[in-house]
Amino acid sequence: MTALAAELTPRAQQRLRYRRRFTRRPTAVIGLAGVAFFVLVAILGPLISPADPNATNYDTIFVSPFSAGHLLGTDDLGRDVLSRLIVGTRASMEAGVLATLIAALVGVFLGLLSGYYRGRLDTVMMRATDVVLSFPFAILAVGLASILGPSLSNAILALAISLVPTFIRITRAEVLGLREQEYVQAALVSGAPARVIMFGHILRNCLTPLVVQVSVAIPGSIIGAATLSFLGLGEQPPTASWGTMLSESQNYLSQAAWFAVFPGLAIALATLSFTMLGDGLRDVLDPRGDR
Amino acid sequence: MTSPPVLEVRGLKKHFPVPRSRGGGTVHAVDGVDVTIRAGEVLGLVGESGSGKSTVGKCVVRLLEPTGGTIALHGRDISHLSQRELRPMRRQVHMVFQDPYSSLDPRQSIGDIVAEPLRMHGGLGSRELGKKVESLLDKVGLATGMRYRYPHELSGGQRQRVGLARSLSLDPSLLIADEPVSALDVSVQASVLNLLMDLQEDLGFSCLFIAHDLATVELVCNRVAVLYLGRIVEEGTREEIFTSPKHPYTQSLLSAIAVPDPPLQRRRERIILTGDIPSPIDPPSGCTFHTRCPVADLPRCADEVPILRPIEASARQVSCHLVGADGTAPDAAKAAARI
Repeated sequence: MTALAAELTPRAQQRLRYRRRFTRRPTAVIGLAGVAFFVLVAILGPLISPADPNATNYDTIFVSPFSAGHLLGTDDLGRDVLSRLIVGTRASMEAGVLATLIAALVGVFLGLLSGYYRGRLDTVMMRATDVVLSFPFAILAVGLASILGPSLSNAILALAISLVPTFIRITRAEVLGLREQEYVQAALVSGAPARVIMFGHILRNCLTPLVVQVSVAIPGSIIGAATLSFLGLGEQPPTASWGTMLSESQNYLSQAAWFAVFPGLAIALATLSFTMLGDGLRDVLDPRGDR
Repeated sequence: MTSPPVLEVRGLKKHFPVPRSRGGGTVHAVDGVDVTIRAGEVLGLVGESGSGKSTVGKCVVRLLEPTGGTIALHGRDISHLSQRELRPMRRQVHMVFQDPYSSLDPRQSIGDIVAEPLRMHGGLGSRELGKKVESLLDKVGLATGMRYRYPHELSGGQRQRVGLARSLSLDPSLLIADEPVSALDVSVQASVLNLLMDLQEDLGFSCLFIAHDLATVELVCNRVAVLYLGRIVEEGTREEIFTSPKHPYTQSLLSAIAVPDPPLQRRRERIILTGDIPSPIDPPSGCTFHTRCPVADLPRCADEVPILRPIEASARQVSCHLVGADGTAPDAAKAAARI
């Protein structure tokens, strides 16, 4: 191994070290595989679904799972559950990832400013986050839906708004601690402008808790999006999504329990994959975790 | 008319407000300090913890804005410039920090750390930058391959060498060394100090060397200023301070240095000061040292504030009522022995 490593440039060695650190953790690899699977399904969606997810057939209502032609059975309108699950993946992934990314971008930026400059800006920002945090997110979503109309993009917006304060808080708390570090002072003495100090030094060093927060927020907002669809505030029927499927299934729990089990299982697996990946990333991103 | 000194600090004051929830008041961390450093000079600033040494250093590099007084760098007053206005001046001064563990960004490679001042002041392509970084690492006695390493892979001494390389990357005319070796093992201290002295000789920068360890100051500095509760109590050349200290506080500090000769060490008169350094929130009246001074002449020392004045018609200055203009000084050791 040493002979091989000696031939590589140091940068490549560093990359190799990252990869080895990642692959040595089974949970991280499983998580990555799971996330990759769901992302792939979300992208390919309609191409790989065995049947038309919206084709109704009143002759085949509530076909039980594992029967020919309908691997996961059919629903109350005779639609193929597997096809609806596959097509619905996109809505769930979109909601989870987009809402979290929007919230993270906005929240981290505001948190950096708030923690770095402190003063009046910080006070205003903290009170604003208090206000948003004091709203239960479902109420926020209902309110937003009643103003803008129910749709997936409005559900994502509501999710993002409800997630922003947490990102602001976490970033700010990290920044407050990091800005007193001597390496930040050293950067200042070196003539680094505030922009470089904030994004080049402070942000890089608070990445770990932020990655963790993202990995918590994505599954959270997948569930959140499902909740909103369940309540009829997200994706509108007949479009398939995991949340609407759950919502439709609740009337038939005694006749067709699998109808509720499969979308629930999909939500659980997607959530678990993201959480495991986040755990693994946290370990890899910390350069001190090499020993 | 000679060129202005590299650093000229006049009447520097730095006060910190204490929040009302913690009793209110003001911490007089630095309370009227004058320091002049000429080209190529190494000035040692010594004092106990809490005497304000580091605060002086941080004001000079303007990590802190002074409450009063002026700081002139090559004759230009920088005491109240904004961070943006300061940026061009930052070529002239850099700093070596006390803690080699927190002064290097754990996410940056050694090469990036050393190159940061160069990048901030621009003008170098990536190839030249790499060359410069390697020559800097070489100068501080590190292998050039170190540039791809990360701080956590290095020892304390190596990290401090990296800090030194970073601080010298722009060829500053003034280096602030804030207790650069006090966090290191004694064996490593010597090698880092030797490196610092060699570099100073080669590059000729001036240096404000902040320390509480008198032995290192005696090794490194040409001149020494002794700080007590935010004020300079005595200043002179290394020889003057170490062979004939005048101020009772300086005398007691020097008596605390161990002599590498056990029988002699046992026979020496030691001046042991009682109590801690008084609170800078409410400093003692008159001479701030009178509460711990073995030779204090009460009530005069408690009432009159002594001023820093030259003695023996030299550049030497002392702030003590009991020191005569001709250099006659009280002997704190004898007074302490009598008690």
